Amino acid sequence: MFLMQLAADFNLVKVTDRGLYCQVGDFYIDPWRPVERALITHGHSDHARPGSTNYMAQKDGLGILRMRLGEDAKLSGVEYGSEHHIGPVKVSFHPAGHILGSSQIRVEHKGLVVVVSGDYKTQEDPTCPAIEPVKCDVFISESTFGLPVYKFPRPTLVMEEINNWWQANKSEGKVSVVYAYSLGKAQRILAGVDPTIGPIYTHGAVEALNVVYRGVGVKIADTTYVGNVNLTRQQWSKTGALIVAPPNAQGTPWLGKFGPVSEAFASGWMRIRGTRRRRSLDKGFVLSDHADWPGLLSVIKASQAQRVLITHGYTPPLVRYLNENGILADSLETAFGGDDAETDAIPEAHKDLPEVNDEEIR
Amino acid sequence: MKKFVDLYLAIDATTKTSGKLAVLQDYFVSASAEDCAWAIFFLTGRKIKRLVPTAYLRQLATELAGLTDWLFQECYDSVGDLAETMALLAPEKASTGDVDITFSQFVETKVLALKDLDQSRLNQALTETWSMLDVDQKFVFNKLITGGFRVGVSQQLVVNALAQVSGLDSAAITHRMMGEWQPTAAFYQSLIDKDATDSHISRPYPFYLAHPIAEEPATLGEISQWQFEWKWDGIRAQIIKRGGQVFIWSRGEELITERFPELAQAGARLPEGTVIDGEILAFAEGDVLPFAKLQMRIGRKTLSKKILSDVPVAFMAFDLLEFQSEDLRSLALEGRRAKLTELLTPGACDQYPSCRDALSQYLRVSSELVVSDWQGLGAMQNLSRSLKVEGVMIKRRDSVYGVGRKRGDWWKWKIDPLSIDAVLINAQQGHGRRATLYTDYTFGVWDQGKLVPIAKAYSGLTDEEINKVDAYVRKNTLEKFGPVRTVKPGLVFEIAFEGIQHSPRHKSGVAVRFPRIARIREDKPIEEADSLGQLKSLLDLAKESG
Repeated sequence: MFLMQLAADFNLVKVTDRGLYCQVGDFYIDPWRPVERALITHGHSDHARPGSTNYMAQKDGLGILRMRLGEDAKLSGVEYGSEHHIGPVKVSFHPAGHILGSSQIRVEHKGLVVVVSGDYKTQEDPTCPAIEPVKCDVFISESTFGLPVYKFPRPTLVMEEINNWWQANKSEGKVSVVYAYSLGKAQRILAGVDPTIGPIYTHGAVEALNVVYRGVGVKIADTTYVGNVNLTRQQWSKTGALIVAPPNAQGTPWLGKFGPVSEAFASGWMRIRGTRRRRSLDKGFVLSDHADWPGLLSVIKASQAQRVLITHGYTPPLVRYLNENGILADSLETAFGGDDAETDAIPEAHKDLPEVNDEEIR
Repeated sequence: MKKFVDLYLAIDATTKTSGKLAVLQDYFVSASAEDCAWAIFFLTGRKIKRLVPTAYLRQLATELAGLTDWLFQECYDSVGDLAETMALLAPEKASTGDVDITFSQFVETKVLALKDLDQSRLNQALTETWSMLDVDQKFVFNKLITGGFRVGVSQQLVVNALAQVSGLDSAAITHRMMGEWQPTAAFYQSLIDKDATDSHISRPYPFYLAHPIAEEPATLGEISQWQFEWKWDGIRAQIIKRGGQVFIWSRGEELITERFPELAQAGARLPEGTVIDGEILAFAEGDVLPFAKLQMRIGRKTLSKKILSDVPVAFMAFDLLEFQSEDLRSLALEGRRAKLTELLTPGACDQYPSCRDALSQYLRVSSELVVSDWQGLGAMQNLSRSLKVEGVMIKRRDSVYGVGRKRGDWWKWKIDPLSIDAVLINAQQGHGRRATLYTDYTFGVWDQGKLVPIAKAYSGLTDEEINKVDAYVRKNTLEKFGPVRTVKPGLVFEIAFEGIQHSPRHKSGVAVRFPRIARIREDKPIEEADSLGQLKSLLDLAKESG
């Protein structure tokens, strides 16, 4: 009986060379090669790739997908929780708490439920609804931070740290540059910092996404695109400004124009001293859009899945831990994330975002 | 304690030397003398010996975190630092309890107090201290109790900060910080005291170091201004005879008197108030032995009769720093050498009867190489490998004995290392700054169609190159064994090394000394990497006319 059910699981959603595939419904979830019908968990570039014919995603994330996939892509938006039929299969999207519009995708056929989590987190985030664990038989989970050393501090404490650092830099006549993934993390910081400390400027890649976030009513601090102001280095040092930029702006001539700066990076990887030091940063803020170790375990448990498939991240230790603790788990090879899910720290992803007239980076 | 942790965090947060110097000065100015003494003790890498066994700490940390051993190991492999891994895994700080005590109080009551506790009290003490500390404090505490407190502060930086604070010059501070001392308020005061007489009898002088020469030696100008010696391949050391006692210090500031009883005995016959500088060599029948021989002795805790007779040693002296209790360092090299020769050459020192007895097979003078032109020096240098020396030393005849590595007066002209082209076969993640990057590599050469491992190497690449290799490793992993990945052969590296020896312990049958990466050979397909046969042919080269 058990084996039969296992076989059925794999028929419902399985890994193919194009991505996670549901054969009964003939659709893919976050495919890594072009397909006819793609259901998208969220807009990060390793999950939303261009070239497919039809896309379906939660409606708040459509603006992001439009940027990512181009003007001509056929997108359809759905509400969280509403049921849709694709052939004989019932699908629905549920909040994943990762970024704006991020979803876990629930797939049901003949009483069997598979949930593809995409990326998710359990910490509070004012820019998107909190994750809602979904009961299922098979749960496919990420494992970016799947080691017990990754326990993240409360975001309010981290925001306080950012405020203090910004304030201190301001009093020293330095501009504060915080590197943050331009989709999601940047807006989360903008929603969390204290805008009364000083003016906030953005790199083009961040500003483009701010527009999308504001467009669906997410409240984030007012920002000015750096390209729209013309200040000398000396003027910059008097602004007491905070600049939010993607991580690949670090070490580029673009930074030179701001005069003396203090550089920080907001990422879950900053939990580890080695990753902080090797990037030559003045400060690391432990802030992630992925679940930490306790978060992963709590969501996996809440799914009550009989079988858990672990992908992109610290897969082997998490699989072993779950099995040793009575949860049947296995690894699933996908093309999401980097090998060690370094995407959060060294994102190649935002490079394919339109750089709104970003003359600075040359 | 908080102040010291803040100092650590501030040092750790900046990569700029000026920033580190500033926070160190702040600390030395504002903390108590006793706290400063302890801070210097730890920041210069000193440690409290045999405090808590690492394996025990690890066990306790694993238990407290409620983990299994393998999961702790996974975490450690990923983080790359044991003290940090334990700090990250320990339960969160309890809301009660605080460590608002001075650093020296903390060291006394929380660190030194751990010594000689029985198991259950040790458990209790560690658990209690951990529960009082936040993550950063835990990390610093763990570093204090496990030793190896390196935080990107070099000894020189601490010295410079103290020089600024005290108004003394850094050479004086360096000297006072050498040798054995206790981290007490009295020590700190004597360290920065303008009038203190530097009287501690065991204290060595800071070693003066030569700079590698990058240009052709001929660019140094008039040859008669220079003096030449072999660059010996051993352990740089000072032998001190003061107060009727002998102290032998290595350049790593380790007191090694007991490891070399024959040298200590010979040194005992030196006249009172003498310090000689030179190189400890494995040495038999008038000839230096390979460094590998000496290594067999360095590692031993107890010296058996067998090892003493298998690896005889000698001290090859090349400088005299103190004579008749007088500091000679500001004398010209020529003058110092004349006195040294007088002291250690048989029959040449009738006015010091005690010293004639000291002259033995154990204390020798590194002879001056007689060279009349730069070409002649090149010819000498070419003989280095066959004479088992590392090259030649080029010293200005009128040079004083400086501090540290001051450029211009002392040069070392080493022979080119041996090298071989080998293929990357395994990779492991690094530690510290390079944890999470694959930086530790194993290389193989061809033998009957297979790659046999011949060397491990850790350094020699730029950050950019490391990133490139790291990406290659991740994309081309064949298998994972814990932290080690076997890699699909595809990258060729030029590996430089200093020497090569037969070794039955290694699969390849040879062991190379001090291997490091010279460069990535992107131009070379793996098929063109060298073979074990080619590597072994270097054995003969190294032996030639030896």
